[in-house]
Amino acid sequence: MKLIYFAWVRERVGRSEEELDPPPEVATVGDLIAWLSRRGEGYAYAFEKPATVRAALDRVHARHSAPIAGV
Amino acid sequence: MATVRVQREDFDAGAEAAALARARKDVGAVVSFVGYCRDEGGALAALELEHYPGMAETEMARVAAEAEARWPVLGVTAIHRTGRIEPGEQIVLVAVASAHRGAAFAAAEMLMDYLKTRAPFWKRAIRVDGVVEGWVEAKEADDASAARWDAAER
Repeated sequence: MKLIYFAWVRERVGRSEEELDPPPEVATVGDLIAWLSRRGEGYAYAFEKPATVRAALDRVHARHSAPIAGV
Repeated sequence: MATVRVQREDFDAGAEAAALARARKDVGAVVSFVGYCRDEGGALAALELEHYPGMAETEMARVAAEAEARWPVLGVTAIHRTGRIEPGEQIVLVAVASAHRGAAFAAAEMLMDYLKTRAPFWKRAIRVDGVVEGWVEAKEADDASAARWDAAER
């Protein structure tokens, strides 16, 4: 999947977008954020407060409980 | 059909509002709101705004369509600027035309409340002393304002 980062998430992660292939157990937006936060120091910093991170799937706002399958 | 734009350049708020009533005789009211960059007591040198291109316009259009479905509006224009904006400059415009003022006032207020929470814009303050503050997005107060209109989020 293609991930696009904005504002402070982009600055902390150190890139504006990337292609990643999360494992199947990463089922929701919240799972994805948790998985990303384990990818390194910048990611851990970017996602240290998951509740403050807003997400969109296919350019539509999505709650952290939203499934990412098929996106 | 609403007019929605995201742009770096400034806009002519008066001309945009007047355009909603031009060449038609059914418009009885045009309400426009302009949000400005304030200097925060002299501390702010500029705001830097960024958006998610494509999604921002789509969300603005979605919000405008909800206003059009909810009130008998005859025209909607929403413009949001991005990039560096200095105190005294315009940031955002919402203008609504309707036959009567009630619908125009209500739709304009709902549009602003929704725009601030739903359209993906971020801003950060560049202070006069050179410090660049962190990025901020919609505030809790804006969420509460939007909730008054029964925001439905997926």
